[in-house]
Amino acid sequence: MDWVFISATLIAAIRAGTPILYATIGEIFAERAGVLNLGVEGMMLMGAVSGFIVGLKTGSPWVGALAAMLVGGLMSLIHAFVSITLRGDQVVSGLALTLFGSGLSALVGKPYVGVPGVRFTAWKIPLLSRIPFLGEVLFQRDPLVYFSFLLFPLAWYFIFKTRPGLHLRAVGEDPATADAAGINVFKLRYLYTFIGGMLAGLGGATISLSYTPGWIEGMTAGRGWIAVGLVIFAFWDPLRAALGSYLFGGVNSLQFGLQTKGVTIPIYFLQMMPYLFTILVLIFATQERVRRRVGAPAALGIPYVRGER
Amino acid sequence: MEGETARIAVEMRNIVKRFPGVLANDHVNFSAYEGEIHALLGENGAGKTTLMNILSGLYRPDEGEIYLYGRRVVFNSPRDAIAHGVGMVHQHFKLVETHTVAENIILGLDKPRFFLNLAEAEQEIRRLEEQYGLKVDPQAYIWQLSLGEQQRVEILKALYRGARILIMDEPTAVLTPQEVEELFVTLRRMAREGHTIIFISHKLDEVLAIADRITILRKGRVVGTVEAQMATKEELARMMVGREVLFHIEKEPVEPGAPVLEVQGLRALSDRGVPALKGVTFHVREREILGVAGVSGNGQSELAEVITGLRESTGGRVRVNGQDLTNAGARAFIDAGVSHIPEDRVHVGIVPSLHLTGNLFLKAYRRLPGFFLNWKQMREKAKELLRHFDVMAPNPDVEARTLSGGNIQKLILAREFSSRPAVVIAVHPTQGLDVGATEAVRQRLLEQRSQGAAILLISEDLEEVRALSDRIIVMYEGEIMGEVPPDAPVEEIGLLMAGTRLEGRGA
Repeated sequence: MDWVFISATLIAAIRAGTPILYATIGEIFAERAGVLNLGVEGMMLMGAVSGFIVGLKTGSPWVGALAAMLVGGLMSLIHAFVSITLRGDQVVSGLALTLFGSGLSALVGKPYVGVPGVRFTAWKIPLLSRIPFLGEVLFQRDPLVYFSFLLFPLAWYFIFKTRPGLHLRAVGEDPATADAAGINVFKLRYLYTFIGGMLAGLGGATISLSYTPGWIEGMTAGRGWIAVGLVIFAFWDPLRAALGSYLFGGVNSLQFGLQTKGVTIPIYFLQMMPYLFTILVLIFATQERVRRRVGAPAALGIPYVRGER
Repeated sequence: MEGETARIAVEMRNIVKRFPGVLANDHVNFSAYEGEIHALLGENGAGKTTLMNILSGLYRPDEGEIYLYGRRVVFNSPRDAIAHGVGMVHQHFKLVETHTVAENIILGLDKPRFFLNLAEAEQEIRRLEEQYGLKVDPQAYIWQLSLGEQQRVEILKALYRGARILIMDEPTAVLTPQEVEELFVTLRRMAREGHTIIFISHKLDEVLAIADRITILRKGRVVGTVEAQMATKEELARMMVGREVLFHIEKEPVEPGAPVLEVQGLRALSDRGVPALKGVTFHVREREILGVAGVSGNGQSELAEVITGLRESTGGRVRVNGQDLTNAGARAFIDAGVSHIPEDRVHVGIVPSLHLTGNLFLKAYRRLPGFFLNWKQMREKAKELLRHFDVMAPNPDVEARTLSGGNIQKLILAREFSSRPAVVIAVHPTQGLDVGATEAVRQRLLEQRSQGAAILLISEDLEEVRALSDRIIVMYEGEIMGEVPPDAPVEEIGLLMAGTRLEGRGA
């Protein structure tokens, strides 16, 4: 076995998968509450550009990442207002948010293209980083990667094993029942859409401050859309989201790696896999029985109107 | 009422509730004792549910006061009401389908602060089940449960929250006769333990069977409160409707003729793509009413749709007067003389935003001569039909949606029966109608029978099926469990409805 090849591929998968993982978990929160936000790509781009600029101005990648979360969150509130308060079409609103984010990030980022900025640097965790193989793969990364390691199991625990998580799921499944049980549907939908936006923003900042530091127009390169697809691939479950993120994050490096081994798979084929999987899962998940078992939020994309029984 | 030693649990004084254009509760006084099963009886729109929605905190009264165990209370939400021990089980259950029983029961509670301890909740739920004889697995998912079991979950939900006063809104509508019996046993047990049960219903028989006292509402006002033991069905009906009601339906004895509608081995899928009809065979003869009994959702809706051309069958045959109409489409069925009184009268039965004349000629216009429609003539004919079928409408030009449920149903009957149908498919024809309209619809069906129509009557109302039908078939999970005569005991039909086949009897 070629350990160097394997560890290099795994490291690349984790590094490339982390931004997608943040965005995917964010979208899982929003969708679990019943809000489909197709603006992930736009929120990531805005997160990437604002994280980069604020990091550059303050000299701190940390402040940059926080700014990115705030910007992503604010972006998502536009979508929340349109889809929750005005009960507009969530698909249209989300698409508009993506187009808006792409344009605005390009405009704001124009003077910063190619400017060297700040970045997160790797922290070697004492002791753990010296574990052979695993230490190198998992514990010589930067803080954003470590935070994502904590985030996905915590998100899973939160959604499935806590009271607020139960309320979150109830709101996305059956808002009328949740309302009758005294849960504030509107408040929770706003809250989780906002959290989704913050995590998408952080995902964007992970690209501009860690994965490929710097800013270029459209640098998320469709990762927001991969995240939207992965939510379905992951059946709205953060653990499977992590698996999917690393899998599809690692696709590029795997392709290069395979090429050196003499196996050629066209990059375009690998890149379309997440979408292909999404279509397959959708075909599979439209079956009522499957939907129930999988836990796709039944009220996803449907505005809640009080008093409709 | 004096001489009672029991404490008054609930007292509602001078309750007034107005909705735009409607006075739903008009100075209502209502009280119930501790440990009592108190029925609230009235026709649709009498204000029963409104009154109880006020007691359960869903609505705030415009006037009036509520006292619980002698103390004045003011509720701003169902949460306030449940905090004071008032729980309500609504007609449409409020349960999250994909969650478990235990998750549903603790939903919205403050008790587990953050970490869900389902095991602890499940233990408490099992204790309550034990105490009140409500059997249901706390770990089961709601979608796996029958409607009867889901109702138990709703009752458990109220008990878990410490309800001492339990309001049940039309609880028997979705149950089989056996499940109704079980529910009654549970309710009696709860009453013995000191709970107060308020039982909303418009069915006289069950009210007499379960209640200690009965309060009758009519048009938002209390007509009176009677002891159930002293009350008779006739008296209750008079109080409820405001006039004498005939219970005995005069069925003209007629000799059925040749089979008109023949259905053989019919199969079809439901909207969800699962088999809803699994090989259904029966026939209906001239001058005959064939009743289809069964709990809703056992394939009756799909059956009606397939034999009116609204749903594709996946196997089997449908013949009308010998003509094979399998999957021929709605038009072919109409042309063959098949009338349809649909389950969803507003969306399938009429065009709500079209005037009455248009609605009455929705099918018949094809038989009118010429290319242009003679609206003047049609309007005259419409007026005549409205009068003949006793539809209460100011004129034939109003939109159909402005009519009440009973009048919409009469409008549909006017359209369907004016064409002298060979076959009538009537689905839940009196569901949700008040006593007066119900009587009219039943009379019209019998009239069609006398005139020679073959009638398939699909209804959940077992009394109705037994009173009108010449033969009864019972459906369960897409199959016909058996055929019985209309005078068969309710228990026997109930067993069939629950899926138990009777030995030695075939369909």
